[in-house]
Amino acid sequence: MEFPKRKALIPYITAGDPDLATTEKLIYELEKAGADVIELGIPFSDPLADGPVIQESHFRALKKKTSLADVFRLVAKVRRKSKIPIIFMLSVNLVYKYGVNKFIERAGEDGVHGVVIPDLPPEEEASEKFKILKESDLDTILLVAPNTPEERVEKICEQSSGFIYLVSLTGVTGVRKALSDTISASVKKIKKHTGLPVYVGFGISTPAQAKQAATVSDGVIVGSAIVKILAEEKSKSAAVSKVAKFVKSLRKAIDAA
Amino acid sequence: MNNLPDKSGHFGDFGGRFVPETLIEPLRQLEEAYARLQDNADFKRDLEYYLDDYAGRPTPLFYAERLSKHLGKGKIYLKREDLCHTGAHKINNTIGQTLLAKYMGKTRIIAETGAGQHGVATATTAALFGIKCVVYMGAEDVKRQALNVYKMKLLGAEVVPVNSGSKTLKDATNEALRDWMANVNDTFYVLGSCVGPHPYPMIVRDFQSVIGLEARGQILNQAGKLPDYLVACVGGGSNSIGLFHPFIGDHAVKMVGVEAGGLGINTKEHAASIVKGSKGILHGALSYLLQNEDGQVEPTHSISAGLDYPGVGPEHSYLKDSGRADYVSVTDKEALEGFKLLSKTEGIIPALESAHALAYLKTLTKKINKDDIVIVCLSGRGDKDMDIVRGAK
Repeated sequence: MEFPKRKALIPYITAGDPDLATTEKLIYELEKAGADVIELGIPFSDPLADGPVIQESHFRALKKKTSLADVFRLVAKVRRKSKIPIIFMLSVNLVYKYGVNKFIERAGEDGVHGVVIPDLPPEEEASEKFKILKESDLDTILLVAPNTPEERVEKICEQSSGFIYLVSLTGVTGVRKALSDTISASVKKIKKHTGLPVYVGFGISTPAQAKQAATVSDGVIVGSAIVKILAEEKSKSAAVSKVAKFVKSLRKAIDAA
Repeated sequence: MNNLPDKSGHFGDFGGRFVPETLIEPLRQLEEAYARLQDNADFKRDLEYYLDDYAGRPTPLFYAERLSKHLGKGKIYLKREDLCHTGAHKINNTIGQTLLAKYMGKTRIIAETGAGQHGVATATTAALFGIKCVVYMGAEDVKRQALNVYKMKLLGAEVVPVNSGSKTLKDATNEALRDWMANVNDTFYVLGSCVGPHPYPMIVRDFQSVIGLEARGQILNQAGKLPDYLVACVGGGSNSIGLFHPFIGDHAVKMVGVEAGGLGINTKEHAASIVKGSKGILHGALSYLLQNEDGQVEPTHSISAGLDYPGVGPEHSYLKDSGRADYVSVTDKEALEGFKLLSKTEGIIPALESAHALAYLKTLTKKINKDDIVIVCLSGRGDKDMDIVRGAK
């Protein structure tokens, strides 16, 4: 994946929420609004790392029977119009059940740049079943949490590709009132071991928080705040323009960081 | 086989530690503390004291003569876990884990519960050790098991209804794990079955192995030989792994795990993860799982809330694939017959979970020798199930 020269803005949306046609529209609008990478969540029945907002978006997308195969098809379609890097965020069982080899193959064919699998830590990723992920062209983005010890950070940095996903807080995804005060220290800890960019996610939901996080890192990932707009706005077209407006405000804030 | 899991927490193909990064460090700390305390004299002394003088161990191994006669063949022995404090084997594990929490200096414990049995057992040991306790329970289960909710509150625990997903045990487990992610520093997660990320399947198995260790000594004492069969119900699989594990090296002892066949394993309404599931990853471990072809976890059904879970402990999946244990299923209807049979022949009202193991005896005794010894784990008592049984005509 090529990295933006500016501070990166990575919006997250759940594929199929409210439906795949809207997801497609959102991707184009997010790119126009200043997104550098799109993080697409693949819905799962048991999204362990997610708070209520994103959980509900998964359940809505599953009601529409959105599958991993559908999302691959969507990305292939998007590729005719847009080159924006797309990464998948999904639970390990979806990759395992789909078949790791087949997953890598489809990702390559359809133009998926990378994958974040929050419940596949480096030890399991290095195991026989999953090691082809790392050997593939796909960026395998690993996460660092605030409580990850230093020697483990080093190992994660060695094994990760694309970027390092710094989880800003100990907890699940979701909107929080205040930003965690450990981000800066965590970024410094990671930077000692890698030249990869460090993007911060979990709990970043306002332009002010995005600016604050971007000041001490290479970019931010914003999910729940966007998904919440989609959940609250009944009209799909109004939801898309509200999200675009919100993401523009994030862009503006980050560019001022 | 007795040396599993391996260092990375796998039982062959199964198990492992598939969790978000935030939980890696607390799991490592738990693994390290358990390795240290397992052989610590004070810890061992405390564990034995509370198991014996509080939970009421050892539990009897009872020769069910009238049941055996009724079945025609085989000598059936019942391992009476129903006589443990709180009415089921669950307390063996909660005493062990709550003690671990105490030794680790944790000030808050959390648990998931389905029917409420593990929740009650955890609330009980939390009260015993004077530690704050929060229990996650699916909103559906809160409605269905009002009495157990009341008991937990009486014991001083906070019960949090979980409204996400199917609003049952699997969702309660997700929510407990999410709580733990947010509160890793002061909180200990008391997991109720031999499922979840490493080291839980090992720790729960070890604390429940007291069932099999006692039974092994008792049968040698009473019958002068090892049993021919062990039979136990399997939901997550903690009572069964507790009975089976100490016999794994006794190759002549056959083991049978009985899963919940619900309305029939050819319908969608069952919870027979090993018999009908495929390999998948849920709650941090690779194991057999009831899921659709996309890898979405399927809703389950069993008349017995304690077996109503789409996954199963990874060690059971390993025992299945290695051929060391067999797994079968019985339906709701058969379990009800087993429930009534034991009540009438022995004056013991079993839990609906345990009734699954009892129901399988009808099939098993057809193919065994007259004098074969069968030990059945009577994992819990049936008082909690009266309304369900009365309502099921």
